[in-house]
Amino acid sequence: MDYKEIMAPYQDLPGGIIEAFHAIQKEQSYLTEDAIIAAAELFEIPVKDAYGVATFYSYFSVNSRGRNVIRICESAPCHIAGANEVIAALEKELGIKMGESTPDGKFALEFAECVGQCQATPVITINGKPYGDVNAEKIPAILAEYE
Amino acid sequence: MAEEMRVVLRNYGKIDPLKIEDYINAGGYQALEKARSMSQTDVIEEVRKSGLRGRGGAGFNAGQKWNFAFQAQADQKYVICNADEGEPGTYKDRTIMQGDPHSVLEGMAICGYAIGASKGYIYCRGEYPYVVDLLNQAIDQAREKGVLGDFDIEVRMGAGAYVCGEETALIESIEGHRGEPRFKPPYPPVSGLWGKPTIVNNVETLASVPVILEKGGDWYAGLGAASYPGTKVLTLTGDVVNKTVIEVPTNTTICEVIYDFGGGIAGGKAFKAVQIGGTSGAFIPESLLDTQIDFDSMSAAGASLGSGAVLVMDETRDIVDVVCRIAKFFEHESCGKCAPCREGTMRLHKLMNKLNAGEGSAADIALLNKLGRVMSVACLCGLGQAAPSPVLTTIKHFQPDYNAKLQ
Ligand SMILES: Cc1cc2nc3c(=O)[nH]c(=O)nc-3n(C[C@H](O)[C@H](O)[C@H](O)COP(=O)(O)O)c2cc1C
Ligand code: SF4
Ligand code: FES
Repeated sequence: MDYKEIMAPYQDLPGGIIEAFHAIQKEQSYLTEDAIIAAAELFEIPVKDAYGVATFYSYFSVNSRGRNVIRICESAPCHIAGANEVIAALEKELGIKMGESTPDGKFALEFAECVGQCQATPVITINGKPYGDVNAEKIPAILAEYE
Repeated sequence: MAEEMRVVLRNYGKIDPLKIEDYINAGGYQALEKARSMSQTDVIEEVRKSGLRGRGGAGFNAGQKWNFAFQAQADQKYVICNADEGEPGTYKDRTIMQGDPHSVLEGMAICGYAIGASKGYIYCRGEYPYVVDLLNQAIDQAREKGVLGDFDIEVRMGAGAYVCGEETALIESIEGHRGEPRFKPPYPPVSGLWGKPTIVNNVETLASVPVILEKGGDWYAGLGAASYPGTKVLTLTGDVVNKTVIEVPTNTTICEVIYDFGGGIAGGKAFKAVQIGGTSGAFIPESLLDTQIDFDSMSAAGASLGSGAVLVMDETRDIVDVVCRIAKFFEHESCGKCAPCREGTMRLHKLMNKLNAGEGSAADIALLNKLGRVMSVACLCGLGQAAPSPVLTTIKHFQPDYNAKLQ
């Protein structure tokens, strides 16, 4: 993947490295070491600073993960609405634990804090798209959208 | 059901947010035109006189803040709309932006004119990529129509860090850095984005501005509570019948919010507690439900209005378990810049875990009390200062819940 080409539109944007990282993650769901080094060169900052930015934000990952990132909100309103049952159901359905990715590289399972859809708790998002009032029965149909 | 008072949400559900014509037909962008026919100081005075105080949590008088930035001498100034909305249980800024994005753009442009800034940023949280798209469409339409004049607005997206809602951390993030809060002073109106005078205002604050210009500061000052006038947009979550967004005058009581607007406790159960202001807010017992939601009444009751999230819990809820979950949130979201918060949030969580597992003692509760008091004064930013609030207020108001879990 040509990281510099993906990030080029943000090169002249002051402070644009975060937008550039978003652009890369749109293509491949996480930030490789090469991508971080390319960003450091493009924005003319030390590699350690680019790495520092990549590791500060929860939505950036420096470890490989599945293509479709499933996030489960576990903030208090979702917690009392039964987020734990959703977690158990997702783990069962995908055969992996929270923080892991499926062996076929299709899905990653992550915790999230409130995603701002609390009128319909519990909530999950897949690649940023929210699904509200989730329960164990609804999960297979939701996942099927990403087959 | 009691009547809402829709000021910020005046166009919500009535116009197509993606049609600027709808907004203009509803009187939109006339306030900006009016502002531009006034002197900068007159605009600031109108906003100051309205008594509008920041809806992002700190409650600072908006006009007064603008005046600091107006008086600062600089070749460039900035307006930032804080759309980070990270406080769990809060979705009011999303509702405002999705329902009526131009009201936010217009508020920003009025602020820009008043302080002498030609550039604005909207910092929208990474959880809302669909709102970013919508805002960009609205900005394109406004540019095409030429309504913003020489004021330019750019949207930047966060990436999942609660602390980036803190205004100086937010500024660091726009600059492309880790979102760690800065030491203050200097405050942003004097030295903010790239060292330039910067106004950071919440979405709801900015969306209130056009209507204040249109109807006058005196009109707004007459709504709701005298010391924190206007309306507040609240989001109801948890064990309440109507899990919804409402806008009410600031002299509404918590009881009215839960029972008149929220329809009471779901499933016919009894009330136990309500946490207002998001996850950093106090837990409020039944005895305080007659408190008005305005900033000062809430402070006097040892609580805070914060973002306006209202998390209702019924009699079956395990308070210690909920607070334990909240403590995990703060451990995760602490940016680590200062030791009292970096270590303190970790200790709070460990102690809460111990208590929640039924392995704690009275000495642990005493330790939590002491640690919480130290953190609320020793931490660098509001995250660490407010993190102990749910712990301290539940120990105070819900002691039996803790006692029931002691070894
Ligand atoms: C940890 C922390 C998180 C915050 N999050 C937000 C937020 O999500 N949105 C917001 O408007 N203000 C937030 N604030 C408050 C801002 O620092 C700032 O006071 C506010 O944006 C000013 O705007 P206002 O005067 O219009 O309220 C936060 C503060 C702290 C300490
Ligand atoms: S109080 Fe917490 S979040 Fe704020 S600067 Fe200190 S470590 Fe960072
Ligand atoms: S608490 Fe889960 S979406 Fe807000």
